[in-house]
Amino acid sequence: MLAMNYRGPQRVRIDQKPYPEIKHPQDAIVRVTRSCICGSDLHLYNGNVPDTRVGMTFGHEFTGIVEEIGPEVQKLKVGDHVLVPFNIACGKCAFCQQGLYGNCHESNTQASAVGGIFGYSHTAGGYDGGQAEYVRVPYADVSPTVIPPGMDPDDAVMLTDVVPTGYQAAEMAGIQPGDTVVVFGAGPVGIMAARCAWLFGAGRVIVLDHVEYRLEFVRDYAPCEAYNFKEMDDPVVFIKKTTDWMGADVCIDAVGAEAAGSPLQTITGRKLLIQAGSATALHWAINSVKKGGIVSVVGVYGPTDNLVPIGNVVNKGITIRANQASVKRLLPRLIEHVQNGVINPKALITHRVPLEEVADAYRIFSDKLDNCIKPVLIPPSAR
Amino acid sequence: MENKDYSHIPGWGIDIDPKNNPTYPIKHRTDAEHKGYSWERPPQQPVDIEVLRSIERPNVSAVFGTSVPPSGLSGQIRRYAFRSSESEYGHWLPLILADRIGAVEGVIDDLKKGHIPNIFAERGWKAQWQHNRKGLVQKILIGAVITTAVVALLSRKNDSQED
Repeated sequence: MLAMNYRGPQRVRIDQKPYPEIKHPQDAIVRVTRSCICGSDLHLYNGNVPDTRVGMTFGHEFTGIVEEIGPEVQKLKVGDHVLVPFNIACGKCAFCQQGLYGNCHESNTQASAVGGIFGYSHTAGGYDGGQAEYVRVPYADVSPTVIPPGMDPDDAVMLTDVVPTGYQAAEMAGIQPGDTVVVFGAGPVGIMAARCAWLFGAGRVIVLDHVEYRLEFVRDYAPCEAYNFKEMDDPVVFIKKTTDWMGADVCIDAVGAEAAGSPLQTITGRKLLIQAGSATALHWAINSVKKGGIVSVVGVYGPTDNLVPIGNVVNKGITIRANQASVKRLLPRLIEHVQNGVINPKALITHRVPLEEVADAYRIFSDKLDNCIKPVLIPPSAR
Repeated sequence: MENKDYSHIPGWGIDIDPKNNPTYPIKHRTDAEHKGYSWERPPQQPVDIEVLRSIERPNVSAVFGTSVPPSGLSGQIRRYAFRSSESEYGHWLPLILADRIGAVEGVIDDLKKGHIPNIFAERGWKAQWQHNRKGLVQKILIGAVITTAVVALLSRKNDSQED
């Protein structure tokens, strides 16, 4: 089968790989119909996440048709078209029982903070992901969800990560009616977080980014105020000034390790890897929020060698209010919102690229070329 | 806030939840909770490949990925990394080193199989040529200047040693 193959920092290609096998009685094999490249794939692509091994296939946002099931799978059947949340969750452990499906304790042997994630380095379990023709899906009865009749598969694939992560960013922010919410980053997750902030009753939503076409997009989509931080002397002072010098009620970091805006952070975090990525957005969020306000972090940070485990703060969901989205917990509500037209996820998809051109798709997304917001890879069998 | 009109925003306030407090989702407390690692575990995936295990957990998780088992020099370094906990320099720094060595091993492996990796295609330079020609040319020029400077510096050192 065709599959994306990571060869080292900023080098990926399409290769023939063996068809995946059922390895566990609760596994399924899914034939991929859509898979996205996520902003957090760029952390892997740039070599920022430790234990990203050459030969891996990335891709944690995908939909597909069930091709094979293990002997203990009961809810899915061959032929079902499913959306597969990015978390691999057993549904039985103490954390899954609490609704923390992003923190499952039975899906990742190689780290204790984060659960298993498809195609997201060996630090997240060493699973091959969905940027391929076929993928092994463990615990097939727990998170994978049959795409509701009438739902566009383009909407469905966005429910595997982007929509729930943006929604959970707003949920974790504990927004009260009328609150001023600042979102750092106008990538797909930041755009969705800004949109979802209104659902929780925000009174004002402000987005900061440095790419003009993304600012234009979010202004129209969210709808919100959107500003280019490169045109500001200091983004933190800008937020203070625009909130009558009080600070925002809520700040959301929707950027993570790849943040631009501070040369010092870029050099130490992104180039030299002596901290867990460039923490510029996190700095700005903490400094821009009102005293007693809430900072919500969904930006992904790598595990760290500076011994301040901010990546673990995100992955474990401890009380800065940060976590990987627990997609399964949020799906019923989000499916309702999509079906009722409250949110329109597929509007974020700007590029549909054949799986075979995966290297070009990564370059376009990584370098923000061709006004790209969200690229979707389509395998040959789904075209 | 009561003076503001949000009617143009579809779904405004639809998910306001007074219970959305900082500890959501709330933990379901049962007696079993106090016993720690006490849930009925799913069946164990057979451990028929080498899987490195965090020393911060008691066992191999019920399922695990089988993407790329450790091998070669990078594999040796990864095995060494997994002797330290996730809180230690000794865990993450060797893993980053192993990743870089793994990239070189990948090229050697390709060559052994008679495959010369097309670095330009792997880096997506076709897309960059199409959408950001100036940026690509700039990148190539900077690379050429740095390489020339390094070569010049090294050859000068060699010359002075010969003197």
